[in-house]
Amino acid sequence: MDANTQWVMTGTALLGVAGGVLGSFALLRRRALVGDVLAHAALPGVAGAFLATGTKAVGPLLAGAAIAAVAGVLTMSAIARFSRLKADAAMSLVLTVFFGLGIMLLGAAQRSPGGNQSGLDKFLFGQAAAIVGRDVRVITLAAALLCLLVLLLFKEFKLLAFDPEFGVGIGLPMAAVELVFNLAVVLAVVIGLEAVGVVLMAALLVTPAAAARCWTDRLHLMVPLSGLFGALSGALGTAVSLVGPRMPTGPLIVLAATGIFVASLLLAPRRGLLARSLRSLRTRKAAQRERLLVALYDLAEEAAGAGNAPAVTAEALERRRGIPARSAGPQLARLAREGLVDEAGGTWKLTGRGLAEAYQAARSERLHLVYLMHQADLDGGMTDQGVRPAFAPEIVPQLEQWLRQHGLEPRLLPGHTAGEVG
Amino acid sequence: MGALAPLVIILVGAQVAGACALVGSFLLLRRMTMLGDAISHAVLPGIAVAFLLSGRPQSPWALLGAAAFGLLCAYLVQALQRAGVREDAGTGVAFTGLFALGVLLISAFADHVHLDLDHVLYGEIAYAPWDLWLVGERSLGPRALWTTGGIFLLDLAAVLLFYKELKFCAFDPETAEAAGINVRAFHYLLMTLVSVSAVAAFDAVGAILAVAMLVVPSATAYLLTDRLSVMLGLAVGLGALASALGYLLSRATDTSVAAAMAVSAGGLFALAFFLAPRHGLVARWRRRRSDG
Repeated sequence: MDANTQWVMTGTALLGVAGGVLGSFALLRRRALVGDVLAHAALPGVAGAFLATGTKAVGPLLAGAAIAAVAGVLTMSAIARFSRLKADAAMSLVLTVFFGLGIMLLGAAQRSPGGNQSGLDKFLFGQAAAIVGRDVRVITLAAALLCLLVLLLFKEFKLLAFDPEFGVGIGLPMAAVELVFNLAVVLAVVIGLEAVGVVLMAALLVTPAAAARCWTDRLHLMVPLSGLFGALSGALGTAVSLVGPRMPTGPLIVLAATGIFVASLLLAPRRGLLARSLRSLRTRKAAQRERLLVALYDLAEEAAGAGNAPAVTAEALERRRGIPARSAGPQLARLAREGLVDEAGGTWKLTGRGLAEAYQAARSERLHLVYLMHQADLDGGMTDQGVRPAFAPEIVPQLEQWLRQHGLEPRLLPGHTAGEVG
Repeated sequence: MGALAPLVIILVGAQVAGACALVGSFLLLRRMTMLGDAISHAVLPGIAVAFLLSGRPQSPWALLGAAAFGLLCAYLVQALQRAGVREDAGTGVAFTGLFALGVLLISAFADHVHLDLDHVLYGEIAYAPWDLWLVGERSLGPRALWTTGGIFLLDLAAVLLFYKELKFCAFDPETAEAAGINVRAFHYLLMTLVSVSAVAAFDAVGAILAVAMLVVPSATAYLLTDRLSVMLGLAVGLGALASALGYLLSRATDTSVAAAMAVSAGGLFALAFFLAPRHGLVARWRRRRSDG
């Protein structure tokens, strides 16, 4: 990797860190799109600064961008505060009208002497490949400044994200905190404009944070993780752009971030889609098994009560309990493998161990039934809403009494040979 | 065509603005204007793919491809929401990803096709009078006049046909659901219309300024009235006015027509923000003073 590429990679990675860290707070404030708005709103500042100074030096252009973005922030809060329009409309209005103004100024700038398109155009789509040593120093400085700011004001930003009213209550100047935060976003946007452009800077402020959110519920983990994802996106996008001559870095960085997000959404251990669907599959399986055990118990109890052998046919399961033979078959086979049922001549019989477990399942289900019937008379409650409900121990005797009153107590007791009716 | 050119440009602009204002008003009421922003970006890969496949601009495939990706974006936002990603974050992730894909496709493959990033940004409205629709030997007039007019009529027909349902869904989706309206279906109907209108706007005024047409006239109208039917009419009228003013502004300053239209719409909004009879800043301030 040559020195130039190293500069580009360092620059984009640091940009990712800044975007990721600030984006976490913006995301939790439900203001994920503010970066998008500010990135657009900065354009008239860039073009205006060029018209005013006549140079394409980065300093004045970035200063102009910052001024315009701040004006955008103020306009946005003024619209949301002083009219009946909601925050989303205020954001869209500022985004599009400022951007239109920017394009108009850009048009004027292009006709002025020395203002050919190539210099200013890169603010629209970015030109990461043109990052040089000096830019990296600017980006590094800004990224370090932003990280330091977040470190210093972590508590304040956290309150801003989660509970600004509480912040006001304990005497913090939350309006000032919000302004500082917005200025920080403006700084991140402004340094990002050159590298990834107006249009795609927004992504660096949303996507890494959204990816980090999948992995953790804790802010002090989410912020560094989001920064790490941002850095990874920057480096990865830059690396891929080296592959071909016509691979623009900005979009590739965004796509790298999107890839990290998709992977996080699928694979994250608790909130990830894969983990969640596995969890719900397991729960469904367990519930099915429970339902089958209860059905076997009920039918066996009934048969034993009528003086017959407590055996159950698949046909009875289907007709009496609505468990179709098609799904009962594999489930019964699984119970047989666990040693809970035996098959004999097309009928199924609970083994000793099977009866013990089925007894518990049936008892639990019937306790739940009387619990629901008498819920209004009870103080205590349930401790667990899982597949097999559990009750607070102090209400169990009362529930058992009701169970007997209703004649619902399970009569086929485990421990005896199956078939004895207690 | 020369003498009529300004008229054609203004009319195309007005039709785009009208189409966008009709659907944009519903987006505004549902607090989903940023989704309009997202969709108008997300249509880019659809247009790029259609270009790559058909090899020429202005094909009906571009419209189809764009509408498909606009819908995909709306769908992704909903799907992400179901997966626990909040709407604003999901919107940001989905549209930046799709837009990046579009830019990548264009710069990697479409160098020789007539589709450059300038077109994406500024649209082609200034050339609209000279791009004629030829059927055999006969010219039917500027093509954009037909396409944007058709899309305006499509939106108008949909709004007239489903006015009650769209209104119900916009103001009170829960009750609408309870009343047996398929809120989901109408959500996607609205998103389809937004996508199609965004494409029309995209072609005429470019990606980002399409949002101006979706949001600014309807937001202005929202400050001027409390009745939805009046708001829709006002929004369409304001859009047309912004188109005419924008054209004049662009002639006066010699700048992009599309950008000037957006800025004009912004100017009209600023007027309403301060001077609207009931909801304007001055009226509010007066009311507060006479109250206190």
